[in-house]
Amino acid sequence: MKAPLSWLKDYVDIDVSAQELKDKLFSCGFEVEELVYVGQEIDRCVVGKITSIEKHPDADKLKICKLDCGSWGSDIQIVTGADNVRAGDVVPVALENSSLHGGIKIKKGKLRGVESYGMLCSGEELGITDDWYEGAEVNGILQLDKTTPLGTDIKEVVGLDDYIFDIAVTSNRPDCQSIYGIAREVAAVLRKPLRPVDLSYKEDNFSTTERVNVTVEAPDLCPRYIAHYVRDLKIEKSPQWMRRRLALSGIRGINNVVDITNFVLLELGQPMHAFDLARVALNRINVRRAEDGEKITTLDEKEFTLSPENLVIADGSKPVALAGVMGGLNSGITEETGEVLFESAKFERANIRHTSRGLGQKSDSSARFEKGVDAYTTGIAISRALHLIEQLQCGKIARDRWDICAAKVEPTVVKTSVSQINALLGIEVPKAEIKDILTRLNFNVAAKGDLLTVTAPAYREDIEGYPDIAEEVIREYGYDHIEGTFLKNAQATQGGLSAAQKAEERAKRALRMQNYSEIITYSFISPKDYELLRIGDEAKKAIKIKNPIGEDMSIMRTTLAPSMLDTLVRNIRRGNKAARLYELANVFIAKSLPLAELPEERKTIGLGAYGEGEDFFSFKGAFEALALDLGVRFDYAPTIEIPFLHPGKSAKVLLGGEEVGYLGELAPDIAEGLAIEVPVFLGELNYAALAEKLNTAIHYAPLPKFPEVERDLALVANEEMTCAEVERVIAESCKFVTSVRLFDVYRGAQVGEGKKSMAFSLTFTPHEKAIAPEDADGYVKRILKALHEKLGLELR
Amino acid sequence: MQEKLEAIRREIEAGIGHANSRKELFELKMKYLGKTGEITALLKGMRDIPAEERPAMGKLVNDVRSWAEELFAAREEELKAKELSEKYASEKIDVTMPARFVGAGSVHPVTLVRRELIDIFAGMGFDVFEGPEIEKDYYNFQALNIPADHPARDMQDTFFITGEYLLRSQTSSGQIRVMENKKPPIKVLSPGRVYRSDSDATHSPMFHQMEGLVVDKGITLNDLKGLLDEFARRMFNSETKTRLRPSYFPFTEPSVEVDLSCSNCGGKGCRICKGTGWIEVLGAGMVNRRVLENCGVDPDVYTGFAFGMGLERIAMIKYGINDIRLMFEGDVRFLKQFKD
Repeated sequence: MKAPLSWLKDYVDIDVSAQELKDKLFSCGFEVEELVYVGQEIDRCVVGKITSIEKHPDADKLKICKLDCGSWGSDIQIVTGADNVRAGDVVPVALENSSLHGGIKIKKGKLRGVESYGMLCSGEELGITDDWYEGAEVNGILQLDKTTPLGTDIKEVVGLDDYIFDIAVTSNRPDCQSIYGIAREVAAVLRKPLRPVDLSYKEDNFSTTERVNVTVEAPDLCPRYIAHYVRDLKIEKSPQWMRRRLALSGIRGINNVVDITNFVLLELGQPMHAFDLARVALNRINVRRAEDGEKITTLDEKEFTLSPENLVIADGSKPVALAGVMGGLNSGITEETGEVLFESAKFERANIRHTSRGLGQKSDSSARFEKGVDAYTTGIAISRALHLIEQLQCGKIARDRWDICAAKVEPTVVKTSVSQINALLGIEVPKAEIKDILTRLNFNVAAKGDLLTVTAPAYREDIEGYPDIAEEVIREYGYDHIEGTFLKNAQATQGGLSAAQKAEERAKRALRMQNYSEIITYSFISPKDYELLRIGDEAKKAIKIKNPIGEDMSIMRTTLAPSMLDTLVRNIRRGNKAARLYELANVFIAKSLPLAELPEERKTIGLGAYGEGEDFFSFKGAFEALALDLGVRFDYAPTIEIPFLHPGKSAKVLLGGEEVGYLGELAPDIAEGLAIEVPVFLGELNYAALAEKLNTAIHYAPLPKFPEVERDLALVANEEMTCAEVERVIAESCKFVTSVRLFDVYRGAQVGEGKKSMAFSLTFTPHEKAIAPEDADGYVKRILKALHEKLGLELR
Repeated sequence: MQEKLEAIRREIEAGIGHANSRKELFELKMKYLGKTGEITALLKGMRDIPAEERPAMGKLVNDVRSWAEELFAAREEELKAKELSEKYASEKIDVTMPARFVGAGSVHPVTLVRRELIDIFAGMGFDVFEGPEIEKDYYNFQALNIPADHPARDMQDTFFITGEYLLRSQTSSGQIRVMENKKPPIKVLSPGRVYRSDSDATHSPMFHQMEGLVVDKGITLNDLKGLLDEFARRMFNSETKTRLRPSYFPFTEPSVEVDLSCSNCGGKGCRICKGTGWIEVLGAGMVNRRVLENCGVDPDVYTGFAFGMGLERIAMIKYGINDIRLMFEGDVRFLKQFKD
């Protein structure tokens, strides 16, 4: 909301500086996002009178002027090239070392050998139009009123000596989306009286209701509709003061009727509309839902096809306005307009928002209606517009009006008490202070002992209950009165992380200890990311965002692999020599598409690594570290099913037989496509499944009373034999085996083609009694027998 | 006999200096003092000596033996020290050469801030609830007093999945889920990812929030202030102050913006706080009566407050990170700077 200081001063005697006012507004909830001095670009530019003018001796087009600039000097010589100046003219003079619109700096200088101590200015050089000062748009020097006192700062003369407060108005305070609304707050915070808006006008002896018939068929979408007839209009330019006000708010003057509607919108926050009554069929105005397929062309010549969700103002035959958004091209004001019907209405904000978004059509009116207009202001705005008609003497005003009102215009009454307000705030605001604050804010307060009956002003539709009253009190009383207390009345509660939440921290710590760094990446990715990993079908199962920022952030990921690969590639391209990364985040698994219930949000750990010394087994170490720390045991099975991994270097991760993840090296052809030359490892773990089985409870097992016994076995196996199979058979065939560790694999002539020698170190842990060497020999024999029978292995 | 002893004595004196290792010394010692050594032999030969001479001769031999033993012991010490110092010299390493270790990973700054917040508030009795990231309109908006087509929806550009499902735009949705399932007293934090359609140096379409909620009898705005004062001191430094100023959120009434005195300049005004001395850090307020009612909590019996803050923002202030996008790029040179 942009509020010029000069306009606010119409209603409040502001006796503090603009900066002080900004601070005051801030303290009561109105942050001034920007405080702009309107004439900030213009400096050392004053009013001067041309006392003499003569031709430049050496240049036909130049003239040498002498200027009387009052206290700035009575005989200042300036050379100008302008044609429209004569002796006796009063003009803006940019003195030496002055600055003008657009950052132009004026220095003294010589023009064809004649000294010039400044410049005579055009309106454009001051950054103004005719709306600011009549004649500002002529091609030449701006001619000022001859009675303007010489030496006056030009900013004061043309309306640039003003401040604009650009105020952030929170969405609960639509009543402050206007100059007068802000003025009410200014008056309250400065403890100054608020001058009322002049709503008076003289009626003529003719009737609105006889001239036109108005009905509201959709009172739910239009709680109040007021129409007032004005005739004998003279459409012309509005006076300077009005145009300047509009210009300060960035609105160009059009003609008096349109300017009045814009003026009332700015001043009171009520969008107004004026229908050319001569163009309204059958003298009929009906506020109704549009018919399905009905069309309207708005003032900006755009055509829209409507539905019953849209509200229109229709005449006897067709829509003449898209209610609250924009008037129809077929009923707008023209030079020839002689009679109008002024509309001031409250349209339901949700419907206007819906229509505006749905059709993609916006205006200052729709923006204002979306924030909410109160029915009280709808009533005063029409009178204000009529007052301006009279003030501008541009029309005759009917003696009556249509006012169709389904809305509640009675103010809200809140019954509360001093103690209730103070209980919420936690401090003691004195009763007299509460009364004073509320009164300043135009609330009516009836006090009886502790009890307060507070009547909100009619424009405060946001007030519902005592917390709203408490808020009004504290924002004026000052939040600096709030003294911190430490949950004085609250019951003690047990806080902290749950066991499951602690386990996540534990997993993160385990990975950190393995030199893994945590990353956080976006939950939405691109369908192309899936294609890169050759899992394009998977993307079809992903949840899509209806309004994504772009395709690359359009689907909710079902796997962390694409984001991990993306991050690794970024690190590689940036020249980082190594990285070990993980992310713990949700993937999103829809139960059905389109979504009909909340999807499963599955906590998942994504892992990735590359760099010198990194291979499948070092990467596998991260999984083992996690398993160790979370008290679970992973099994690994070779797999060729992960489309983006090297088929000979990828494994499924199993937990109790259930697949919970995978790991492996990125397929070399994908790596080549990404121009990556180092092996990259990717893996994922379904943390949610893991979390169900984790076992972090500590149970002490007594240390063995007898020494453990170790034996090494070298076994000859076919090339396809996996370490896991051998380990399994060994463990199954002897209950004393507590550890089986592969420590060497040998291939060569000695073991034969297609074979390998696998060397295992076995640890036997005694239970009740010591293991004698011959016992251990017996265990080994049993194990070898099992290996031979089940796997066909031989001792080397 | 005496001559023989004298000869041995001279031999030992001459020989011991040439024993340059403990092995040589041992061999020399054995030559005289071993089982078959010369001195040992002399002692064994005592029985052949006339009885009257035996004590005097015995003393002579024993004196030489003692003398020799001491001499060997001393030389042994000398050689031991010499050998050790040689060993030390030969095994000397450059201890400034790099260590071998797996290295230590790091924790994302958002996780660091999250942990610190949980640590601060857990001690005050808050537990932690994580709600879903894909939410129903009801939890993200309606139950928080933001009906359809409410202008407050414009405060956040929301990503929608369908008309009913969306990516939560605020962790405030967690408030509702907590209150639906738990009766007061409630003290809960709700951290997590949130999503808004916004992307530049200070806005990310995905970021993290931490919502705090307290509902109990007799909770006041003063309590909110006290709690946030404590948070500010512990998250930044003991000099950090809070400033409440009026604001608006549909789910709190009264609502406040909470500014913290700039921890960079101590409130004097600097580039980080844009010269104001204050940094806007969180939004808060007393829980709106309607929100309590929506969750089946009687607003005439219970009051409460809620606060919400952006974790990236706090991390950026605390660690001096100037671009939010760094948080999501995963560059190890960035990540490795954050240790817990």
